[in-house]
Amino acid sequence: MEKEIKKVLLLGSGALKIGEAGEFDYSGSQALKAMHEAGKYTVLINPNIATVQTSEDAADKIYYLPVTEEFVEKVIEQERPDGILLSFGGQTALNCGVGLYRKGVLEKYGVQVLGTPVQAIIDTEDRKLFSEKLAEIGVKTPRSIACSTMEEAVAAAHELGFPLIIRAAYTLGGLGSGFCKNDEELEAIASSAFSYSPQVLIEKSLKGWKEVEYEVVRDRFDNCITVCNMENFDPLGIHTGESLVVAPSQTLTNSEYHKLRAIAIKIIRHIGIVGECNVQYALDPESEDYCVIEVNARLSRSSALASKATGYPLAFVAAKLGLGYGLHEIKNSVTKVTSACFEPALDYVVCKIPRWDLNKFDGVSKLLGSSMKSVGEVMSVGRTFEEAIQKGLRMVGQGKHGFVGNKPVKVNIDEELEHPTDKRVYAIAEAFEQGYTIDDIHERTRIDRWFLQRLHRIHLFKEALRAHDGDGSQPLPEEVLREAKRMGFSDFQIAELTMTRSDSPMFDRMLRIREMRKEMGILPCVKQIDTLAGEYPAQTNYLYLTYNGDKHDLEYERDHRSVIVLGSGAYRIGSSVEFDWCGVNTLKTLTQVGLRSVMINYNPETVSTDYDICDRLYFDELTFERVMDIIELESPYGVVVSTGGQIPNNLAMPLHRQGVNILGTSAESIDRAEDRQKFSSMCDALGIDQPRWRELTSLDDIYAFVDEVGLPVLIRPSYVLSGAAMHVVYERAELDRYLSEAAEISSDHPVVVSEFIEHAKEIEMDAVAQRGEIKVSAISEHVEFAGVHSGDATIVFPAQRLYLETIRQIRHIAAKIARELNISGPFNIQFLGKDNHVKVIECNLRASRSFPFVSKIMKFNFITMATRVMLGRSVESHPKSMFDIDYVGVKSSQFSFARLQNADPVLSVDMTSTGEVACIGDSYYEALLKSLLSVGQAIPEKNVLISSGPARSKVELLSATRTLLRHGFKVYATAGSAEFLAQHGIAVDVLGWPDESGSPNVIDYIRDKKVDLVINIPKNQTRRELDNGYKIRRAAIDFNIPLLTNARLASAFIMAVCQVGKDGLAIRSWGSY
Amino acid sequence: MQTMKRAAIVLEDGSRYEGRSFGFEGGASGEVVFYTAMTGYVESLTDPSYKGQILVPTYPMVGNYGVPSAEKDEWGIEKYYESDRIHCAGLAVSYYSDEYSHWNGAKSLGEWLKEQRVPAVCGIDTRALTQKLRECGSMLGRIEIEGCDTTPFYDPNTDNVVAQVSTRERKVYGDGPYRVVVADCGVKYNILRCLLRRGATVIRVPWDYDFSREDYDGLFLSNGPGDPSQCGETIAHIAAALKDDRPIMGICLGNQLLARAAGASTYKLKYGHRGHNQPVTVPDTDKCYITSQNHGFAIDDRTLPEDWQTLFVNVNDGTNEGIRHRSKPFFSTQYHPEASSGPVDTEYLFDRFIENIKIWKASKK
Repeated sequence: MEKEIKKVLLLGSGALKIGEAGEFDYSGSQALKAMHEAGKYTVLINPNIATVQTSEDAADKIYYLPVTEEFVEKVIEQERPDGILLSFGGQTALNCGVGLYRKGVLEKYGVQVLGTPVQAIIDTEDRKLFSEKLAEIGVKTPRSIACSTMEEAVAAAHELGFPLIIRAAYTLGGLGSGFCKNDEELEAIASSAFSYSPQVLIEKSLKGWKEVEYEVVRDRFDNCITVCNMENFDPLGIHTGESLVVAPSQTLTNSEYHKLRAIAIKIIRHIGIVGECNVQYALDPESEDYCVIEVNARLSRSSALASKATGYPLAFVAAKLGLGYGLHEIKNSVTKVTSACFEPALDYVVCKIPRWDLNKFDGVSKLLGSSMKSVGEVMSVGRTFEEAIQKGLRMVGQGKHGFVGNKPVKVNIDEELEHPTDKRVYAIAEAFEQGYTIDDIHERTRIDRWFLQRLHRIHLFKEALRAHDGDGSQPLPEEVLREAKRMGFSDFQIAELTMTRSDSPMFDRMLRIREMRKEMGILPCVKQIDTLAGEYPAQTNYLYLTYNGDKHDLEYERDHRSVIVLGSGAYRIGSSVEFDWCGVNTLKTLTQVGLRSVMINYNPETVSTDYDICDRLYFDELTFERVMDIIELESPYGVVVSTGGQIPNNLAMPLHRQGVNILGTSAESIDRAEDRQKFSSMCDALGIDQPRWRELTSLDDIYAFVDEVGLPVLIRPSYVLSGAAMHVVYERAELDRYLSEAAEISSDHPVVVSEFIEHAKEIEMDAVAQRGEIKVSAISEHVEFAGVHSGDATIVFPAQRLYLETIRQIRHIAAKIARELNISGPFNIQFLGKDNHVKVIECNLRASRSFPFVSKIMKFNFITMATRVMLGRSVESHPKSMFDIDYVGVKSSQFSFARLQNADPVLSVDMTSTGEVACIGDSYYEALLKSLLSVGQAIPEKNVLISSGPARSKVELLSATRTLLRHGFKVYATAGSAEFLAQHGIAVDVLGWPDESGSPNVIDYIRDKKVDLVINIPKNQTRRELDNGYKIRRAAIDFNIPLLTNARLASAFIMAVCQVGKDGLAIRSWGSY
Repeated sequence: MQTMKRAAIVLEDGSRYEGRSFGFEGGASGEVVFYTAMTGYVESLTDPSYKGQILVPTYPMVGNYGVPSAEKDEWGIEKYYESDRIHCAGLAVSYYSDEYSHWNGAKSLGEWLKEQRVPAVCGIDTRALTQKLRECGSMLGRIEIEGCDTTPFYDPNTDNVVAQVSTRERKVYGDGPYRVVVADCGVKYNILRCLLRRGATVIRVPWDYDFSREDYDGLFLSNGPGDPSQCGETIAHIAAALKDDRPIMGICLGNQLLARAAGASTYKLKYGHRGHNQPVTVPDTDKCYITSQNHGFAIDDRTLPEDWQTLFVNVNDGTNEGIRHRSKPFFSTQYHPEASSGPVDTEYLFDRFIENIKIWKASKK
């Protein structure tokens, strides 16, 4: 019989990665909230320190440890929880839980799995069991053959016939999956899939079918509801994480909708889920035939989206159901009077659009397919599809103004329509522009005509707007302007299309349109997302703006007691969950001081877009236009622009110019820090050193400057033709090639060239100042030398290996800058330190990525203080110095190269990591080891491959190699590295380069998993070495062998492995430090 | 869109919501009601229960998948409709998809509305209109179209609208082993399909038909429009049937008629329940179902006689959602187990009805 549950262990999902991102912070946070409400003591394991769920008020006890079977077992042994929640931490938590169950750990310690039983999870995860299970109730699944060898896979493929889809069992977000049309492709994809999983599924491809999902909930009384259905804009064949998705479905008849709904309920009952699950269907576009493609017996990205799309708190409810509540016993948290046992009715449409950052990766394939590559997503809300999609395309934040009115994309349209990449939507716009019909596009894309018809309307309306082109002196006809706004056109788009003859700058043209429509009374109205389509009054203010309506749902107080906090938008490389934490803490502080907290954000993967985190949530755009619309409605006391990363920071000046009260540091100061020229002159005046740099517009000037400062140099073009935006160039030939191929240089597109200092330490200061005086600060150092983007670097706090003299210089410089810019609020400065000389490389007058990290290690909330400062409240200087902290925090980056086919997995000046973790230890090495184990590194069993690259790295790794050998490891090396080691009296086995024939060859060793760790340091020399190095790195990624590509980090990792080892890792909660 | 005529929906209190016409160009009056379903406009428009009402879907985009053909199934019933025509007086939506896309779409919603002479208006802030109806209760209203005559306000609840939608003559469908009389007060075709699929011979009779003359095994009381108190004849016939112990099942108006025949009273709800997401529970259990609903009147549970009990209760507002006789095989639901449109979770009730018939038939032998 079930025992009483008092203490509950929740497994988090670890670092954000492609396929497993912020949605699990949201679902985990909701689960913790539900546990608290039910009076349970909660223990959380999650090394993702930047999350909201790992904050002191979220769980009773928090362990920043890897979510792996070993660590979780140790925590269970120590904590003895009564129950465990497995379905709130994505595939990571689920796999870990299934592993613990199989090993008998849960039984051994008497830990009850709350909610869905583990067997049900196994039934859905194992493709064969899954198909059999569904066949028992007559539910169709794609015909699929499970194979465990390549021979079986080939035989299965021939039996089913091409085209086929290959899937690896037990992986997240379709990792190792792909389509294949012939034997050759089959072998390539299947061998990669086998490296992730012992089981591979070969299935008939249903390319072109509609893809539809349902989120289903069941309680222990067998009551079932479907909270939401969603339809993919892209037909089957593109991973749902890569697809534009609408909710609710748009092209399904009642009969189709309810047929699939009924099947979903049948499935959840038969599998025996208690909580939430997601059912994905393929639906024949020519009949009601269907197949169930997948069932996820856990909260997922889709469930987070469904929660935000409907206002139904799925994770919260699922957690309650896990404790044994019935659906009818839980209240609807929006109306507070009706029950949670209902199905939300929407009176709007939402559109989810993925955000890709593929330009950041050298060599990556941009084709969209059955494996996920996007790093974030947005959700837009409108009362027409046209409105929602245009809003959404702006929200994605890649410089687009909507569906039309953008710079034309340079793609081969037919190719792009048939083999879509991240540019597909714009290729459709371009196709209409060139006269393609809806049918032409439908034939090539198989996108349902209804979606194309709506996009076509936008295209046609653009033509209608163009007919009114002029200089803006004559107002546009009211009907036209109103209809444009109803179709989601922004003021910017309208100005772009109707004011081409104006000589004002673009921003002023946009203001002209704004003024025009305000005179005509064309204003957006505010509507609530209330779960019941207006049938019952909503008690929460979950809001969006639309032009398809004429009445606001709420009345404004206009008492100047609101503070608007601007959120961080879509997660992307360089801006993710850390800014969500900052935003949430800003909102909490506002509530504490008794002000009305208002959030604007549109990222469905966040906690800051949870309607109970603030007084009013606008799930809407962070464009100047929309933010101004909301400011005009709210008439706030002020706006916070410094806790949401770069998007709000960039709005400081435009808002300030409209007379908006920017709280904290002034917009002028922000501008002085942001504008490279202004910042530089300020540093000169203050006697602060910076690496020499210049903004240049011609090749001659660039060469002259390079002669002056010497190579290497860091180049930042303002317009990139291909590849990454920033580059360090070491040689003249490389400079020539880069300037001719990768970047455009002209007076319109200047290039910034900076002196690049090699072998320098990078140091960061995160701080809060009030009226120019620093009130709290944290100095951390990078493990890697400068040249690795601070978002990719491994960061140690408090800094352990800095000279006091360096620290003193840093303090002085920071104090000068804070005073000069009269900073009131959060800021971050990045420094270079070499030979006790400090230079400033960057300064941001906003919260930085590392704010949650330093706040949590210091146990002092920088954002709370910063918010109080911005509100003009008094704050006490923080008394603790870094010497008072007798433990160490190490933050490591998570890379998602496995998902990014062909991308070169190296660290460079441009950021490529998708997430991060941080762990605490009594020593630097202990913290480092825990931290690296949390991002997928593993303590090698026996064999290590070293390919140590440039001379400096070879030296760097020398002592580490000796240590490895002393500890009984077997070391293999490529020719050059082996020779260098031999010169230093170290004998290791040599493996041949990838381009060499004969054995032993490095690639064979990786493929056969004869090495447990690959250390490959890229060298910037010959093409051959570059190619060889790339092949080794890529093989390590593709065959799932831990890889390190930075000598400093690799060396530190080896020392940590040898000095601390598995047994030296203390199982201690955050609170115990 | 620019060429569409200006149109408006006007309420009895004088409030006006401006839009454009996309259906038949003419005036229409009725009771304005909102419904929250996100799919099923074809089913709703052909549902006879909406007779005399102007429908306001809260879901903003309507017409996306067009309208299927009037193709008939093996029983001679239109496959995709709930009756042979559109019954509601008018339609007011936020956004109308003039172009549609679906494999079984035969025409656009606008074309169909024109063909059926039903006016419709788009471009309405349906959320604001819904909130108005929620706060003030269902109201009378009319659709006014530029250049067309307006019609006076009209309250369908003061009329016998059932008589207008009921079948004129007795019709028989199928030849299954269970003879079921369907008292047609405006029956939805899917009720017939649900019975036929379970082996019934359906004898569909007019609302005021004295079915005691029929040789039957079970009595089915259909859904229908308007105020149940208008159907005195039907109630009288049901009261007679209650003396017998042949199984009875009722839906929606059928629920109210059964209650009135048993002696209970009914009342008008402020704005009714219309949608696909209404939760109901079985009293004193943990069972909960999501149901399709469309009603403006309800049974007053307190007036139920001793030998009757509440079968289902609405979770949100506690109103009656079904009744049963304590000893005889009589039950009915306020919601729609036949769905169409809406969730099909409670279709099992038809099995129960057929089961009751089987038991009754066995007991007779």
